[in-house]
Amino acid sequence: MAITEENPGYKWVGTRPIRPDGLEKVTGKAQFGADLMLPGMLFGKVVRSPHAHARIISIDTTAAEAMVGVKAVITGSDFPDLAANGAHPSEIDVANNTIAREKVLYEGHVVAAVAATTREQAEAAAKAVEVTYEILPHVLTVDEAMADDAPLLHEGMITKGVDPAPEEASNVASKILHERGDLDQGFGEADVVVEREFTTKPVHQGYIEPHAAVADANSDGRAHIWCSSQGHFQMRAYSASVLGISPGMLKVTAAEIGGGFGGKTVIYLEPLAVRLSQRAGRPVKLVMDRDEVFRATGPTSGTRIKVKMGVAKDGKITAAEVWMAYEAGAYAGSPVGAAGMTAIACYDIPNFVVEGYDVVCNKPRVAAYRAPGAPMAAFAVESVLDELARDIGMDPIDIRLANAAVEGTQASYGPKFPRIGFVETLEAIKDHPNYTADLGPNQGRGIAAGFWFNAGMMSSATVHINENGTATVVTGSPDIGGSRQSMALMAAEELGIPYESIKAVVADTETVGFNDVTGGSRVTLATGAAVVDACRLIIEDLRARAAKTWDVELDQVEWVDGQAQHVEGAQPPLSMKDLAAKSGRTGGPISANASLNSRGVGAGFSTQLCDVEVDPETGVTRVVRYLTAQDAGRAISPDYVEGQMQGGVVQGIGWALSEEYIHDSDGVMENPGFLDYRIPVASDLPMIDCAIVEVPNPAHPYGVRGVGEVGIVPPMAAVGNAINDALDVRMTDLPMSPVKVLEALNEQRD
Amino acid sequence: MAQVHFSAGLRDLTGGLAQVEVEATTVRRLVVALEEMFPGIGEHLNEASSVAIDGEIFTDADYEPVSNSSEVHFLDIFQGG
Amino acid sequence: MARTHVTTVVNGDETEFLTDDSTSLLNALRDEVGLTGAKEGCGTGDCGACSVMVDDKVTCACLVFAPEVDGSTILTVEGLADSGELHPLQQCFLEGAALQCGICTPGFLISAKALLDKNPDPTETEIRYALAGNLCRCTGYDKIIRAVQEAAREMRDQ
Repeated sequence: MAITEENPGYKWVGTRPIRPDGLEKVTGKAQFGADLMLPGMLFGKVVRSPHAHARIISIDTTAAEAMVGVKAVITGSDFPDLAANGAHPSEIDVANNTIAREKVLYEGHVVAAVAATTREQAEAAAKAVEVTYEILPHVLTVDEAMADDAPLLHEGMITKGVDPAPEEASNVASKILHERGDLDQGFGEADVVVEREFTTKPVHQGYIEPHAAVADANSDGRAHIWCSSQGHFQMRAYSASVLGISPGMLKVTAAEIGGGFGGKTVIYLEPLAVRLSQRAGRPVKLVMDRDEVFRATGPTSGTRIKVKMGVAKDGKITAAEVWMAYEAGAYAGSPVGAAGMTAIACYDIPNFVVEGYDVVCNKPRVAAYRAPGAPMAAFAVESVLDELARDIGMDPIDIRLANAAVEGTQASYGPKFPRIGFVETLEAIKDHPNYTADLGPNQGRGIAAGFWFNAGMMSSATVHINENGTATVVTGSPDIGGSRQSMALMAAEELGIPYESIKAVVADTETVGFNDVTGGSRVTLATGAAVVDACRLIIEDLRARAAKTWDVELDQVEWVDGQAQHVEGAQPPLSMKDLAAKSGRTGGPISANASLNSRGVGAGFSTQLCDVEVDPETGVTRVVRYLTAQDAGRAISPDYVEGQMQGGVVQGIGWALSEEYIHDSDGVMENPGFLDYRIPVASDLPMIDCAIVEVPNPAHPYGVRGVGEVGIVPPMAAVGNAINDALDVRMTDLPMSPVKVLEALNEQRD
Repeated sequence: MAQVHFSAGLRDLTGGLAQVEVEATTVRRLVVALEEMFPGIGEHLNEASSVAIDGEIFTDADYEPVSNSSEVHFLDIFQGG
Repeated sequence: MARTHVTTVVNGDETEFLTDDSTSLLNALRDEVGLTGAKEGCGTGDCGACSVMVDDKVTCACLVFAPEVDGSTILTVEGLADSGELHPLQQCFLEGAALQCGICTPGFLISAKALLDKNPDPTETEIRYALAGNLCRCTGYDKIIRAVQEAAREMRDQ
């Protein structure tokens, strides 16, 4: 583990104890979204469009309603027309994606839902809902969607960000642009210029737990939702909007969440379950099949990206030109904005133009996926940079060091970087034995780097001191990768009591203050800061109680090692346990709340080193060695920091080598299952070596930057660069499947 | 005067200007001043932008202080995963 | 519709339930027996989240009809610990941080137990292939493999 700044004597932060929720998860007790059973609960089933683009002519539910056991059938007309109510366009899109009203925009788009007493009855009733469609021409890719005569998904879509605004509607929702310096001059100064075009397919987050929601509606309009999501406050807000009610009418309890990676920051089932429950007067459970997860929930964008970069012989990048088009799926909102901001953010480049397009097409609406938008752009830019390094005969780490963004560099997206740790990740790779390990025949080594902003946003936390001096830490951030452990570790450090005497829990929307989603790598940073704030309020309170007990001024009391101490030692210390036991005499229960809109977000960088072996006969690529170096700021919980790093890398390896959405010419997904949409399995992989780099974020009490996302940015280019190193073929189309590698090798042989 | 920078995507609202100097003490007052200079930009900045003040990025920064030496960048909002 | 009466031993206890012939063992365990430790990740035998042992053989509970297990002995994750004492695999998964979200964990524990029952000293490659039918999207498998190696060591030393 590479550490650039020594641990300043933390007792708990940086240790590896057992996670608070671990026991329930190894014994099968943990309750995930689909695990809840309520008395009288009905099973629901969603009816989905078989067409990629069609107008709904009619929906006949009479046959379904008449079937045995069926208690409710709903369609789009059972929800308020938000467009007619003047709602914000983004809210209307969420509502229409939840259940279609006039048109279906992708295969799998919801058109109706049923609830019945058994699963089998619900499935039969779903099949009995008769929908008449007028099939419309569809577009599946950015190329098709941007063509001159392309059929339109949204007749009124005028491209934003273009001056003057276009008069004609198109499938291009918006254009983004970042530029600096003089491109012609920059390319003029280059000794070598490389220009390449890259394509990537939509890929799914691939969480193993399908979406699930249970709703129990009361006759007074209130309802309780249990669901697995990355943010139950967000589920409450979105659901209330779609249902046309006040958020306060809904209580949402966060079930344990079986993976999300961004894909569970959005709603699909929740408002449908509530409406079905209202209609039936009984609780309703809706659970997706894996097939539905693939067809109708959040992949990230397929893309086309063109990159032209020039370098001088000394390795300095003189100019970069990036053009990219990102599929948004059915509604505007691809992550092309973040892609534009991150594409070249690792480097200090004097002349550049980055241009991007957000393009709708007849595929499921894209959802956030781990550093949304950044990985595809990095695949393109880092591949071209690798080629430039080869062309000028420079080491791939050295060319990155020669251009690396450092503190004070004007980031390509605007502001100057504060203290960042990109250079340290490059050095960590260079210092690691993997960097000089021997390579065998048909093996190659690739390097790539990545940047992600990380996020702050809003969080709340409550800390209770129990009567025996133990503590309960309550937040509203669903724990997706071990965050309850990092909350407990920071609380232990602050309060000075053992980690084991702290219980960290995730509370429902009525029990703790608002929390934004668990996303953007923000929970340890922002919710952690709220926990630290609440702990500090507790300590202030405890000091005051000790001062009261001793009849001294407050400044005579300090909090050290979990106990109140008199500064001159005139009194025997009062432990947390002592103070808790007598809390009734000193002012009542000891409890504190803290809420904040987090400041001090610290950017994250990752550099990765990949060794592959390619079989030249079959084109099969196997990752044989992998090292990831990432700046965590401070690793509060090193076990789960490594877990995020390793998990991000392996998702990236899947994206690089095997994962892709395949649609037939009718726009129907052909591989909606794990057999044909192949995510990496244990036997595909080596161990994933980790170098945690710690360049503390100066704006966070423990130096946290956030670690969840940036690890998925470099792998595709790292793998591609390694394949190129092995066999001298430049792969530009993801996934780099055996067939494509073989084609590239055959072209090379010709 | 705070230095305010606009990304290329915002420049159709600023008549092509990449940078202006504005006297303001908070982001909200800065946006009000910018709206006077470039009518229509205020709504866009409020809805579709986050803001970086001296390198630190904020999503909701209305009352964040801005000083005469501040460097302010308006950025497109992005989503995390 | 007539339902079928099934008699099994689940986690050491004789267990009876009624089921439709078309109901999967997974849904019967979850809905009828009330054991929700085995999860449905795909319903097609591709992810292994529903892995249970049926008569000492690792089985995707989503691929078996419930009436097929009449007379069988079934082990689910809920039966791994012995009177509250964790199985070494459970303990090593905890200590080695071999889970993040935890949805795949029950299936991995069952598959790993089946491996170690047959092969107490597996190589890393043998572990990777034995667990290749269990998908994990969070961990990248690194810490899972290490936890199984550690549990194997501890069980050999016992």
